[in-house]
Amino acid sequence: MSSHLASPDESGSPGASAPGTAIRLRGVSKRFGRGERTVWALEELSLEIPRGGITGVVGPDGAGKTTLMRLCAGLMRCDRGQVVVLDQDITRDAAAIQGRIGYMPQRFGLYEDLSVAENLNLYADLQGVPRHQRPERFQMLMQMTGLAPFLGRLAGKLSGGMKQKLGLACALVRSPELLLLDEPTVGVDPLSRRELWAIVRRFEQEEGTTVLLSTAYLDEAQRCDRVLMLDRGRLLAQGTPQWFQQQVQGRVFRIRSPRLTPRQLQAQVLGRPGVIDAALEATWVRVVVDSPQHARAEHLAPGVDPVEVEPIPPRFEDAFMELLSRDQGEQRPAAINVARSGASRAAKAADSDVVIQVQDLKRRFGDFWAVGGISFQVHRGEVFGLLGANGAGKTTTFRMLCGLLPPSGGTLRVAGVDMRRAPAQARARIGYMSQKFSLYRTLSVMQNLRFFSSAYGLRGRRRRARLQWALEQFQLAEVAGTDSGQLPLGYQQRLAMACALMHEPEIVFLDEPTSGADPVARRQFWQRINALAMQGVTVLVTTHFMEEAQYCDRMAIMIDGRLAAVDTPENIRLMAQSPENPEPTIEDAFIQLILAHRKRQ
Amino acid sequence: MLFRVLALVQKEFLALLKDRQSRFVIIGPPIIQLVVFGYAATFDVTNVPVAVLDECNTLLSRDLTARFVASPNFQLVARLEQPGQIAPVLDRQQAMLVLHIRQDFQRKLSTLGTTEVQLILDGRNSNTALIVLGYAQGIIEEFNATLRRRRGRLAQVPAQVVSRAWFNPNLQSQWFIVPGIVGLLTLVVTMLVTALSVAREREQGTFDQLLVTPYRPYELLLGKALPGFLIGLVEATFIVLVAVFWFRVPLVGSLGVLYLGVAVFLLSAIGVGLMISSLANTQQQGLLGAFLFLVPAIILSGFATPIANMPPAVQKLTLVNPMRYYLVILRGVFLQGATLEELADQFWPMLGIAAVTLAVATVMFRRRIY
Amino acid sequence: MTTPKPFAPAARHRLMRLRGLVRKEWLQIWRDPSSIAIAFLLPVVLLLLFGYGVSLDAKDVPLALVVDNPNPDTMTLCGHFERSKYLRPVYFVNMRHAQQAMLRRQVSAILRLRDDFSRENLQRRGTIQLIVNGTDANTARIVTGYVQGVYARWLADVQQRRRAFPPPPIQVQHRVWYNANLRSRNYLVPGLVAIIMTLIGALLTAMVMAREWERGTIEALMTTPVSMGEVLLGKVIPYFGLGLGGMALSVAMARWVFDVPFRGSMLALLAGSVLFLLVALGLGLLISTTARNQFVAGQVAIIVTFLPAFILSGFIFDIRSMPWPIRALTAIIPARHFVTILQNVFLAGDVWPLLLPSMGVLALMALVFLGLSYRKSPKRLD
Repeated sequence: MSSHLASPDESGSPGASAPGTAIRLRGVSKRFGRGERTVWALEELSLEIPRGGITGVVGPDGAGKTTLMRLCAGLMRCDRGQVVVLDQDITRDAAAIQGRIGYMPQRFGLYEDLSVAENLNLYADLQGVPRHQRPERFQMLMQMTGLAPFLGRLAGKLSGGMKQKLGLACALVRSPELLLLDEPTVGVDPLSRRELWAIVRRFEQEEGTTVLLSTAYLDEAQRCDRVLMLDRGRLLAQGTPQWFQQQVQGRVFRIRSPRLTPRQLQAQVLGRPGVIDAALEATWVRVVVDSPQHARAEHLAPGVDPVEVEPIPPRFEDAFMELLSRDQGEQRPAAINVARSGASRAAKAADSDVVIQVQDLKRRFGDFWAVGGISFQVHRGEVFGLLGANGAGKTTTFRMLCGLLPPSGGTLRVAGVDMRRAPAQARARIGYMSQKFSLYRTLSVMQNLRFFSSAYGLRGRRRRARLQWALEQFQLAEVAGTDSGQLPLGYQQRLAMACALMHEPEIVFLDEPTSGADPVARRQFWQRINALAMQGVTVLVTTHFMEEAQYCDRMAIMIDGRLAAVDTPENIRLMAQSPENPEPTIEDAFIQLILAHRKRQ
Repeated sequence: MLFRVLALVQKEFLALLKDRQSRFVIIGPPIIQLVVFGYAATFDVTNVPVAVLDECNTLLSRDLTARFVASPNFQLVARLEQPGQIAPVLDRQQAMLVLHIRQDFQRKLSTLGTTEVQLILDGRNSNTALIVLGYAQGIIEEFNATLRRRRGRLAQVPAQVVSRAWFNPNLQSQWFIVPGIVGLLTLVVTMLVTALSVAREREQGTFDQLLVTPYRPYELLLGKALPGFLIGLVEATFIVLVAVFWFRVPLVGSLGVLYLGVAVFLLSAIGVGLMISSLANTQQQGLLGAFLFLVPAIILSGFATPIANMPPAVQKLTLVNPMRYYLVILRGVFLQGATLEELADQFWPMLGIAAVTLAVATVMFRRRIY
Repeated sequence: MTTPKPFAPAARHRLMRLRGLVRKEWLQIWRDPSSIAIAFLLPVVLLLLFGYGVSLDAKDVPLALVVDNPNPDTMTLCGHFERSKYLRPVYFVNMRHAQQAMLRRQVSAILRLRDDFSRENLQRRGTIQLIVNGTDANTARIVTGYVQGVYARWLADVQQRRRAFPPPPIQVQHRVWYNANLRSRNYLVPGLVAIIMTLIGALLTAMVMAREWERGTIEALMTTPVSMGEVLLGKVIPYFGLGLGGMALSVAMARWVFDVPFRGSMLALLAGSVLFLLVALGLGLLISTTARNQFVAGQVAIIVTFLPAFILSGFIFDIRSMPWPIRALTAIIPARHFVTILQNVFLAGDVWPLLLPSMGVLALMALVFLGLSYRKSPKRLD
């Protein structure tokens, strides 16, 4: 990594860089906070992005992806170094460059109380698009995004996917030379994601737009022309997706055993030396090892027989995990102590004790049905996943189950009671972790833990023991005195989960616990869930990551407030099976369900 | 249960006092405002700038003018030469009062036995004008008495109405206002602490987290109310101390009655604050609600202008204003030494307001419109 | 040199952007009518409530009359009291009862006519005892004045009918300028308009910038060629329009509902209102742009706008009666200058020597607040 300080050769005209360069960073550092709390979001970052093509930016949470985007958009000023965008120094004349770029922030910058057309017109005004050019441009954009029928609708009433498409259209009202997209697809249903990609690709090809796009979905990185991988503010690697895949060529395998469920097998494999990553993939466990010799069945799963091992072509994600583990090395926390209780999950699942019963549950906000009549059951000790895009009604369902929101219709029972009318003691049996970090930000980690332990009435020795457990199990001891609002997202999520589990609840509701987390943290998280379920705790979890469905015993797919399917992940996956696609993924199944849903409308 | 409520109270205090900014907002402004308002809010008029137009210019007229100049209430700012100068002096607020003595002032007195002077007042602030007029009339009455004495016609002077003020012999409005400020600031502080507190937790999502714990609604209420109550109590004590030892307002009545009044008032103010807070979805709504309650509650409380002067409809409206009763109790205990029995009719309505608002808040914690 | 700007005339684009921003703000106001309610409904409600409610003119003050020995003279005096529209006599048989009534706040003053009260005795320079409740010093003074006034009229009456006493050597003729009837409403209502507009200005704008930050829309705005000055201007213009509408409504109500005379010129009123609105909006914007923490911002808005405007503006408490350090302090309260302008324009007319300094200070404040808001909102997120 280049470690030279940015030489103050400001006199050197920025135009000196190669004509084909869209963005050039030289020794760029950016810090937040001051004094002891200084966090370096970017450190001595130097890179060049050529004109044309789609460049993806990936990296774990806190790697500096958003900071990089904002620096390039002129929204922030770097503390050291030089940022040259479209051959102009962005710190000198941001406004002139901003006339030539399009930018879509992570939280889409739409005015929700303005209609689609009004939003477009506003951004056309701001970008100085002459009036006579607008009808043609708007028509093209609306056609491409499929928003043409909704021109008069308020942006706030669009679905999550449509909002993102409108945000993209607003960034494109003036055919920018450079398009910056900060996690444009996060929380969007898989079909809309594909459509967004199609739009971006089309602009890149037809108008020659250079696209810089950050993403949390690693499968999207594979669609880019070039990928930058950041970690802790530094450039870890860059190259084409193919280059990344070559890094782990010959070290990716998949294994399975008829004697163990994929999850059990994964738990075993993860603890073995030489294993970099193990992920669930349909009926298989996908394994990345540090050298091919560790890929032997007897090494990966000793004592299990028979085990099938076969090499498979690597994916971007495999390389990502490999590079990350190499970079973070010893910092990467050890695997969670999962299999404490030997009780097998199978035995628990057989216990068909229904603990959550939902019948025709409905919820209306104004004239909008957030949840339009859903029914499902969850059994004791089950991990039940609720999958869907942002705005599909997952959170609303959760809030009703926890008694935070009265249903507009239908019945629900959690542990035999309706939480809304339940006596206070019944609430001690559930744990709830909300989507947004919702602990007291001005209180320290320890103060939060203490407060919630008292809130659940823990005292004396048990309280001390549980506090100790939380600090250890969730690796919070080192930050016990820090204000929780100052923590990085990963710590916040661990703290929130610790607070929700403080009182050893029978049923746990986890709303989007992995949103915004990097793949490593997500793996760890699911291991914890596994451990909980093995102890007989019932877990309800929502997520918008399709591949996470594999970790659930049963799952439901939610689309626009309705359940499109409720079954085991395997059965749902197989719904999409066809001669052309013999090995479908959950995502394929989801897309099929969305298409069916759209057709019905 | 007590243990869990204490945890809630402790958390509330931590959240409130840990942040330097919010700590300052609760402590700083009340102290500054107490001192500033204690001096600023006064109906007393001193050093009235007066201008004299003496067209007579005799011994008698100079004698009269000299009385105005000598009075501690007046301050001579200009001697005018001609009537045309009166208007600019008043317009520009250089003088509040013009004493106009006409040319025939002395002649009339010697021929008719009675004569006139003209007082021209700036009526832009009618209250000030009334008081200034009172001062001027007092001086002229005394001058009249002197004149009569000189002429030996003492017997023919009619009896005077002599007024004696109970509870505030020198009629200092500071004695009236400063106890009022005790009420004003305790109200503002408790509203600031409570009115946004639930809304803030709602916005940050922490309230949901609280609602899924085994806390019962009344425990949550206690946890939210106690910090406001304690802070209000401490601030009220501080302000009472400043009123007594700095502003030297006599505290005639019993501290017991005073604190009972403070406690009951705090309950009702917290009730209103928490009710606003529980009804508000966002801090912005909470702020708006607090504003919309505070402004009429203060202006229509009798703090500055008496409730008795209001039209009957507005008077009825003030019946739901806890501040109205609190001010009566404060002033009653401070100046009149009023007993609990004499103030009973002020306590009951506040208790009623507290009961209703706290009940609404408890219910709305859970059942609010989403 | 840098690449040529791809636009044609910059001014036209500036105008287009500004128009777009203003239209956006209008649409948002229109869709969420709470701003309109604040601008138009709130002044009407508050002005009606306070315009009638806030008054220093005591009426029907309960006066305890204790007559020890009823005779024709006490009868005529009591008759005078009963005819007074300011006093409402309540009769008590002895002082003890009357005093108890005063302790219970049932009467505000006690007038005792002793058993030697008669015309003959009056001539021997006696005194008549009046006890007032001094708790509310101002009302006590006013009540004393009322009682003395009634008594003086009764004396004059007696004197006229029976030529009992010679007239006093010097009689006072007083004329009150600007407010001949000494109606407190005439000066309170213009002050109220200032207080209410202070509130409305702060409420309208205190949260608008914070909202853009909160919803993340500011990020998208910032990456367009728009300048932060244009963004702020795009906020000020619509809310200025709303505020001016609310102001016009308030002034009209003061004039026609509360019958406050209007002696100045529209020009002075307009100039003062425009300047004050700019200050109020500027202050709101400043709070809004600097507020990192909405909780504290809300508290600050309450503390720095309403209470100082209520007590330090001269709306009710005469600034000339305050000690000099506090008088100096009032100079930084925007409402104080607007109260001066309004009270003069309504009651006295265009007294430019008073109006100009106040307008000057307001203009300066507007510049400072708007300038600071501009400085505090760099076009960057860090």
